[in-house]
Amino acid sequence: MKYQFPDENGRFGEFGGKFVPETLMYALNELQEAFKEAMSDEVFKKEYIEQLKLYSGRPTALTYAENVTHHFQGAKIYLKREDLNHTGAHKINNAIGQALLAKRMGKKKIIAETGAGQHGVAAATVAAKFGLQCKIFMGEKDIERQRLNVFRMELLGAEVIPVSSGSRTLKDATNEAIRYWVTNVTDTFYLIGSVVGPHPYPQIVRDFQRVIGDEAKQQFLSLKGELPNEIIACVGGGSNAMGMFYPFIEDKVNLTGVEAAGRGVDTNLHAATLTKGTKGVIHGSLTYLLQTEDGQIIEPHSISAGLDYPGVGPEHAHLKDIGRVSYESVTDDEAIEALQLLSRLEGIIPAIESAHALAQAFKKATSLSPDQSILVCLSGRGDKDVHTLMNTIGGVANE
Amino acid sequence: MSNTRLQTIKKADETLFIPFIMAGDPTPEFTVELALLLEEVGANILELGVPYSDPLADGPVIQRAALRALEHGMSLKKAIELVSQMRNRGLTIPVIIFTYYNPVLQLGEENVLGLMKEHDIDGILIPDLPYEESRLFAKRCDDESRPLISLVAPTSNQRIEQIATSANGFLYCVSSLGVTGVRNNFDENIYEFLQEVKKHSKAPVAVGFGISSSEQIKQLKPYCDGIIVGSALVKMIESKNTEILNNETRRKVLLDIKTFVQSLIS
Repeated sequence: MKYQFPDENGRFGEFGGKFVPETLMYALNELQEAFKEAMSDEVFKKEYIEQLKLYSGRPTALTYAENVTHHFQGAKIYLKREDLNHTGAHKINNAIGQALLAKRMGKKKIIAETGAGQHGVAAATVAAKFGLQCKIFMGEKDIERQRLNVFRMELLGAEVIPVSSGSRTLKDATNEAIRYWVTNVTDTFYLIGSVVGPHPYPQIVRDFQRVIGDEAKQQFLSLKGELPNEIIACVGGGSNAMGMFYPFIEDKVNLTGVEAAGRGVDTNLHAATLTKGTKGVIHGSLTYLLQTEDGQIIEPHSISAGLDYPGVGPEHAHLKDIGRVSYESVTDDEAIEALQLLSRLEGIIPAIESAHALAQAFKKATSLSPDQSILVCLSGRGDKDVHTLMNTIGGVANE
Repeated sequence: MSNTRLQTIKKADETLFIPFIMAGDPTPEFTVELALLLEEVGANILELGVPYSDPLADGPVIQRAALRALEHGMSLKKAIELVSQMRNRGLTIPVIIFTYYNPVLQLGEENVLGLMKEHDIDGILIPDLPYEESRLFAKRCDDESRPLISLVAPTSNQRIEQIATSANGFLYCVSSLGVTGVRNNFDENIYEFLQEVKKHSKAPVAVGFGISSSEQIKQLKPYCDGIIVGSALVKMIESKNTEILNNETRRKVLLDIKTFVQSLIS
């Protein structure tokens, strides 16, 4: 592969790096070594693949969305069904990988941050499975919004720690997880949920998520004998997109990441980091982020808690700058509309996050011909969003 | 003209007292008065904190101080400019700006150094800019004799030598794992850690994080060249917020702080 990132300094072009307190540097270097060593150990890799298969149920299906394709009369739309994973989203791929890594490093305690609770549930799940103690940091506001997931985590034996600092959402949960890690770095493994954070995390998470793209590529080739014209995935921190895109980086396939435009990118209420953000450092990594001129981080908005993040993985920042991936944005309303359409026409209720990718695919399909194809990463199922959906769609129906 | 304030600061047999205060907490005016008071009671170096929305290395006390300061419109640029006011009113001790990296990045490293020169600031400390990420900026700072202050932690291990030998101004030793804030216990190996650091550092070695009592200071003194007190002071300011904002009671607060600091370092 010609594309060789991150470099030895943990950079994707100018992005990435390790912007963390000195206290964590030793732990990050140790993690970097352990990861490198684990990934060159066939026994470790075999166990990871086996857990994906026997515990999470991989490979996930590649589904041809026939009814939706007929509806738009454009390009054929295919779905990579990450929603069929154990715990209902792609998050488990990475959680399994990092939990095995934690075990290998002799760490018995893990911590994780969560927004909507999907990564929290995945982390709590692998903690239960691999016998690790687990603390999940979650903003108080998100705890209110996602009561069901909080209960799931507790049911799985994890301790959910409410975060009351700052805006009490994912950004602050991440801050608090890092602060806890600084204090307990000697015996605790920080299981980050997306391709964000200091090096080596963006690489670790990408490499544990690339199974999405590797599988999809093989499935698509054996089904169609060629690659899709375009691949679309939603981007919050960007782990499902990175996992999907990475194996296709050097192929002739258009790659499109979809951010949350919230109420619109021209309002203050959006999470379109790559579209509207500027370069800066957040959670240990140089990337694009939403911030004021003075460099204070701005709270984003999206109806989808999983995309509601003011930063983005540094590799996405790099892929944007070199022009390899195009980044678009989709509003709350467009995502909800796409979600309803997929539910009615295909019998699949997608997560609101994934519905952002779908909305973009639907827009794009009509401009392509029926002999072309679009592959969408359906990163998770929508069960967790039913409450939000009842409020949103119910509200519209009542007007 | 070369800036030498920090180079000449350390006298034999004296432990440097380095208080940390948050610029603009609760108001810029109060910060200036507080800086002057701290010099009067014996501060050798002033660490002036810049508020940040997401302070990863700070505990709740400094987080709240940052929020109060941000509410009053404080920023990196304004904090730097505040030092000119302190100088005009007679502040002579070295001033170190304590800021997270993102505000520096937005203003531009070159501009920050320019402003530091213009407003007579002696150094800068960036807790989330570790050794590996700071080489270029550290060199620029050294060239202007306004050093980038390095930090070492009990987990630095093999990194201690590299960091300590290249330290300038002073070297900030983190007393224990964790974020800033008052605590009862330091790292169990703190004395070995400090000895190891001192062995390699030609710059004065100052200890910070969690220091809030004169007993702790007495314990640490023989093993270091300086003591940094932050959260304990900021906490006191927080508890007297209303009195500080009231012109009639502000002087009294300053006197209380004076008594507190004197009892701390006596």
